[in-house]
Amino acid sequence: MTPLFSVRDLRKTYGGRIGCTDVSFDLYPGEVMGIVGESGSGKSTLLNCLAGHLAPDAGQVFYDTRHSGMLDTLRMAEPERRMLGRTDWAFVHQNARDGLRMSVSAGGNVGERLMAVGARHYGQIRAAATDWLGRVEIDAGRIDDRPSAFSGGMQQRLQIARNLVTGPRLVFMDEPTGGLDVSVQARLLDLLRGLVRDMGLSAIIVTHDLAVVRLLADRLMVMKGGHVVESGLTDQVLDDPQHGYTQLLVSSVLQA
Amino acid sequence: MKAMIEIEAVAKQFCLHNQGGAVIPVLSGAELSVKPGECVALTGSSGAGKSTLMRMIYGNYVTQSGRILIGGLDVARAEPREILALRRQVLGYVSQFLRVVPRVPTRDVVAEPLLALGVPADEARARAEALLERLRIPQRLWQLSPTTFSGGEQQRVNIARGFVHPYPALLLDEPTASLDPVNRETVLCLIDEAKARGAAIVGIFHDAPARARVADREIDVGRFTPGWAA
Amino acid sequence: MTQDTHYNFAYLDEQTKRMIRRALLKAMAIPGYQVPFASREMPMPYGWGTGGVQVSAACLTPSDTLKVIDQGADDTTNAVSIRKFFEKTAQVATTESTRAASLIQTRHRIPEEPLREGQILVYQVPIPEPLRFLEPRETETRKMHALQDYGLMHVKLYEDIARHGNIATSYAYPVKVQGRYVMDPSPIPKFDNPKLRMAAIQLFGAGREQRIYAIPPYTDVVSLDFEDHPFEPSKANHACSLCGADHTYLDEVIVDDRGGRMFVCSDTDYCATRQATGAAPAQTATSQPQEAQP
Repeated sequence: MTPLFSVRDLRKTYGGRIGCTDVSFDLYPGEVMGIVGESGSGKSTLLNCLAGHLAPDAGQVFYDTRHSGMLDTLRMAEPERRMLGRTDWAFVHQNARDGLRMSVSAGGNVGERLMAVGARHYGQIRAAATDWLGRVEIDAGRIDDRPSAFSGGMQQRLQIARNLVTGPRLVFMDEPTGGLDVSVQARLLDLLRGLVRDMGLSAIIVTHDLAVVRLLADRLMVMKGGHVVESGLTDQVLDDPQHGYTQLLVSSVLQA
Repeated sequence: MKAMIEIEAVAKQFCLHNQGGAVIPVLSGAELSVKPGECVALTGSSGAGKSTLMRMIYGNYVTQSGRILIGGLDVARAEPREILALRRQVLGYVSQFLRVVPRVPTRDVVAEPLLALGVPADEARARAEALLERLRIPQRLWQLSPTTFSGGEQQRVNIARGFVHPYPALLLDEPTASLDPVNRETVLCLIDEAKARGAAIVGIFHDAPARARVADREIDVGRFTPGWAA
Repeated sequence: MTQDTHYNFAYLDEQTKRMIRRALLKAMAIPGYQVPFASREMPMPYGWGTGGVQVSAACLTPSDTLKVIDQGADDTTNAVSIRKFFEKTAQVATTESTRAASLIQTRHRIPEEPLREGQILVYQVPIPEPLRFLEPRETETRKMHALQDYGLMHVKLYEDIARHGNIATSYAYPVKVQGRYVMDPSPIPKFDNPKLRMAAIQLFGAGREQRIYAIPPYTDVVSLDFEDHPFEPSKANHACSLCGADHTYLDEVIVDDRGGRMFVCSDTDYCATRQATGAAPAQTATSQPQEAQP
């Protein structure tokens, strides 16, 4: 089996300060990888470099494209990378407002990616939007409402629908459950797990919530000061952490 | 017959970096071999490392040296995705604790291992329901999340998850611990059936009569305790 | 009329006109692409056609005949003052006849009379960026144009249909030029969109926004739409009360205090020419209040 996504020696610095450095890993189809670490550990910087939102200083980010196999996305022409970003890739922001068009209806938000890749049949676009609202458990009657009228959890689900409508293979998520009520979080986690399984998605999830990665991620990367200090099977890293920092992280979690 | 689970010269120690780098050796020179259809019980006093060894077999704990072969895969050296594939298809685990996403209905919790294998949802649910029925989880609870269940009910949900797919290798951590006699009997039958179809089983049973009934052999893990060797 | 020789020909200095002409040439070379230019302060407020006036000034020659229309009419304040401006500063001949004009500056209309090769139509443009309302960042919209990332334009049309049942955008209806750039045709009614493919040169000037764009003769211009909601150029369902034309864009005119109204051609020259050649309305000129629609 070949990896879907392969990262080699990625480095991003801000002036003299390290954002992230020496990051290498392979992600295989259907795998979900969590990236954990405290604020400022470089996990968001890394995610943005991987997704093409930030330009790293060095390294390679290979992706197994549908048309021509493994390509270094950092050396792709911008139109190609953008096309990738709205078809085969998805990015779920922590704050739904960053990932949604708040002045556009729920249906328009979901349909945008379809229209961006050439869908020109209103009826079909609307049918796809209706279908996806159902899959993220939003009532079809809300299709013409704007996201500003939605609760936080609904906005986050709408953002997921908007991202997954083009059937991507790789999803980047930045604290997808951050800022949500615990009960809403659980619902979202269950939804994400189902979508990942049913669509065979690969995903990279950045979070500082160890409970979230335990339920969602197959593998874990622990970051500190821009370095990956430990990686492995999620339950192994959490239950038998080898690095001092991971031991501290795991033992610091408050038990409910 | 070729062994399904093969443990050779395995050692394990914990290093507590945040407590002065204290190193605690737990196991050394552990050996174990389980053939298909065989059930081996791990025994030993509390703290001897029974659960630790079990978790190492599952890939949950890191193995510092030695080999842990399950169906030919060395869990001690395997990539995460290889271990995940092994857990999906080959290696089942009934732990003492139930860890699930809150609000997911019991029926789906049990069906999940089958869904992960690509079994159609209808069939997966039907098989889950049959097993829940057999373990006497009342039908009215199937739609509810097991997080609110009693200890015994949660234990049975865990057992259902572990037996819903015919894993060739099974790890059982106190499967009968908090069960009433009737359900205990059901679980022991399930174990017997698994053995009959050729599953290699490693178990921890504090329940001595149960152990005597299902285990073919006993291994005292105390033998592998570093510095305690006779 | 006294000639004021203190002005350079057509008000702008020669260097500025050269700068604008360079922008125009670039705009003609890349149909539909918005070319930035160093818009000058003009002796009129923004919103009164400063972009169009600068483009006209850069194109005018002493032998040109100028026509200026505002919403199709030659006799509205904006049209009259711009016409006077060029009469004074360029001493060019002016006309109200579409056929007789060599350069026509317009606000919000394309003349009904088909234009011919050799003529230039200059549009006044308030907001040149068609993507602006959904994506306010200029850096982003420029990138979207560069990468033909135009899904957003259809999102706007989608929202129209979702809210109104049909594409309710009735003016400044977005078009795609020569299969490449999406362009705002300025606030002309969508009735005029099919005329955007024409024999004359079309130049668009946005003074406040400092952008110039163009459509060369016979360039393909397609109005954006959906397969199941095709583009429809619409107009009021009436005939002109003055000349009887049923194929022209009409203005609704309130004629009394009792709700009486009439529909007349918005293109005054076209209507007057038809009337002069004997065309007449088929029925009564005004509708009475009791006939008026609620």
